[in-house]
Amino acid sequence: MSWFDRLKAGLGRSTERLSNGITDLFHNRKLDQDTLDELEELLIMADMGVATASRLSKALAKNRFDQDITPQEVRAALAGEIATILEPAAKSLEINPAHKPYIVLVCGVNGSGKTTTIGKMAKQFRDQGRSVMLAAGDTFRAAAIEQLQVWGERAGCTVVAREQGGDAASLSFEAVQRAKAENIDVLMIDTAGRLQNKANLMEELMKVVRVIAKQDDTAPHAVMLVIDATVGQNAHNQVEVFKRMVSVTGLVLTKLDGTAKGGVVVGLAEKFQLPVYAVGVGETIDDLHPFDAKTFANNLMGID
Amino acid sequence: MWMFDGLSDRLSGIFDGLKKRGALKEADVVSALREIRVALLEADVALPVVKEFIDGVRERAVGEEVIRSVTPGQMVVKIVHDHLIGMLGGDASKDQSAPQLPMDDSGLNLAGVSPVSILMVGLQGSGKTTTTAKIAKRLSGRDKKKVLMASLDVYRPAAQQQLVVLGQQTGVTVLSPIMGEKPVGIAKRAMQTGRQEGYDVVLLDTAGRLHIDFELMSEVAAIRDVAKPTETLLVTDAMTGQDSVNIAREFNEKIGITGIVLTRVDGDARGGAALSMRSVTGCPIKLMGTGENLDALDVFDAARVAGSILGMGDVVGLVEKARDVIDEQEAEKLAKRAMKGLFTLEDMAAQLKQLRKIDDIGGLMGMIPGMSKMKKQMSQVNVDDKGIAHQEAIILSMTQKERRLPKLINGSRRKRIAAGSGTSVQEVNRLLKQFKQMSVMMKKMGKGGGLKGLMGGGMPPGMMPGR
Ligand SMILES: Nc1nc2c(ncn2[C@@H]2O[C@H](COP(=O)(O)OP(=O)(O)OP(=O)(O)O)[C@@H](O)[C@H]2O)c(=O)[nH]1
Ligand SMILES: [Mg+2]
Repeated sequence: MSWFDRLKAGLGRSTERLSNGITDLFHNRKLDQDTLDELEELLIMADMGVATASRLSKALAKNRFDQDITPQEVRAALAGEIATILEPAAKSLEINPAHKPYIVLVCGVNGSGKTTTIGKMAKQFRDQGRSVMLAAGDTFRAAAIEQLQVWGERAGCTVVAREQGGDAASLSFEAVQRAKAENIDVLMIDTAGRLQNKANLMEELMKVVRVIAKQDDTAPHAVMLVIDATVGQNAHNQVEVFKRMVSVTGLVLTKLDGTAKGGVVVGLAEKFQLPVYAVGVGETIDDLHPFDAKTFANNLMGID
Repeated sequence: MWMFDGLSDRLSGIFDGLKKRGALKEADVVSALREIRVALLEADVALPVVKEFIDGVRERAVGEEVIRSVTPGQMVVKIVHDHLIGMLGGDASKDQSAPQLPMDDSGLNLAGVSPVSILMVGLQGSGKTTTTAKIAKRLSGRDKKKVLMASLDVYRPAAQQQLVVLGQQTGVTVLSPIMGEKPVGIAKRAMQTGRQEGYDVVLLDTAGRLHIDFELMSEVAAIRDVAKPTETLLVTDAMTGQDSVNIAREFNEKIGITGIVLTRVDGDARGGAALSMRSVTGCPIKLMGTGENLDALDVFDAARVAGSILGMGDVVGLVEKARDVIDEQEAEKLAKRAMKGLFTLEDMAAQLKQLRKIDDIGGLMGMIPGMSKMKKQMSQVNVDDKGIAHQEAIILSMTQKERRLPKLINGSRRKRIAAGSGTSVQEVNRLLKQFKQMSVMMKKMGKGGGLKGLMGGGMPPGMMPGR
């Protein structure tokens, strides 16, 4: 199965419901306020959030109010609107070879898919012929180090690790030193999952950033926030706080192979103007793909 | 929560035109119901469940007498709040038909021939393994049960290792992993070991899986058939969005769950998924995870989650926490001064000091009803933990005169203050701007009676923090 098919299979169920809903809504009906309200709700069901959903349905209302409109037209118009919002966000993580090592810090809430994403992405960098080093900066969670080591083996790269319970910042320091000494192209630093409202844990992450910056004041060159597509409106808080605290440069949206639509990303893109570096569509090493605005929008609206 | 205001804020305007007494009429509550709908959706309650909820509230609200000293808005918030607690399972135990079963106080069913088993299921990354260890710790510690844990997660790298480490941390025995053994085989071996070695409870931690993954869902059904668990717990992240209904329905239909565990309740998600899942499955939410520490597992608290869903905050938790850290007299003094429009840089320094005592400012602010708006403003003016120490240093580098009369602080004074506090002129400028913004904010707060007023604003009686 191609990733597109997988994504579609995953989105299928929910998309079906969403587009069925729209079909019901607009069958032989004029576009009126009630219809728009219901449409707004359908978008909310895609985790788009009230603000974005209302913006989208209003955009539709602007030129179509009181006109007959077919379900297909609604879908196409909405998909177009969503794609337009998402278009600027479709930017993969480009490694700038001027920085050696190019340092990528990976952060996010617990269980969002950080470690897995690092493994997948490391493999892609390896395939591009780059040398990659991983740093086991999650010194808190049980067996997090061993987990990253397995991914290191799979992707074919060295993993810098110390014992569990150590200091993440000093581990990162050591990793940067080693990456420099060994002339590594890309250094990816895994971190422990943390909820954004835990001030002490956020401070710990900021310390990691400071320690990295001390050795290379242009680093970290990318700060990647990994978000689970199953998450609802709290994703806004996640981006807002992580961005403020550690200057996130881009997002990765994982678990799009489920039935969650990841519609929250529409609102995120609109609001934070951060690129979506990639999307995760499964648990194997090849299940990481570039984010394509049109594909995503079309899938969401059930258009082939 | 920064993005939206709580329900009480939302409703406060709606009933302004309404007279204070008499029965609530259908027409009165219509617009309130709209607001409630939006509030619930923003809290990630799934749409079908929102509809069901709204119907219930309408039924209860229409015809209700508005009692004296309460505004219709407060009355509706109270009805919504009570209805929500009811639906979340405030009285869930009543529809559990077997009260005579030996349950521990978490409501876990451990009835049966030893060893009984508890099967943990859920999506990837929902918190199953940590929760398994927490339950094991609770059962072995508080309830003096002999507990065995087994990891059936042969897919995620180092998952079995993770449970082994958690076993060491909790002092609970973990079934030794055997390379290459399949999940169903592990389950059999775990139950056998449990029988032979006289365990009371066997906890089976499974790999995370998608509810639409046919193969893996069949696998967990096979595990269930082998272990015949007395509890099958669906572990769900409190920040789950609209998909919660699909997840819960599928797991329940394909495996048959007996309860829900809500994890990461200590985050700032509104937690609407709890309502969605409870309502779709009819299964009680038994436990909730409130931290990364292995003791951070509590019996589900419907009132706390209801407050969070409605954006009204956890008033009880707030008062407890605030009492610990906030110097009441100091706070009172500040509030009084603010009310009079007398907010100075010295007050700001005092306030920053108070804030610094709270290690979790975001969390605390989120707990304060009516505070969501203020939290947003606070984050705009950068009153976060990151800047606080710097800001305090800047104010401390000012002369007393400057603190009372910020107008005095010209360019050269700014340079001196920056040098004295080890910051930059820009930072000093920013602080002065923040001070200005805060003064305005304080004046607004003052109108409502300071912190106390904010906490009381729009709250129904009985929900006010008692002193
Ligand atoms: N279905 C699916 N599962 C994923 C995806 N990405 C990660 N996972 C799974 O989600 C679970 C958590 O992933 P991890 O990579 O361990 O997440 P993490 O953010 O590193 O977790 P912590 O370090 O514990 O905070 C694992 O079971 C992964 O296999 C994805 O795109 N799709
Ligand atoms: Mg990890």
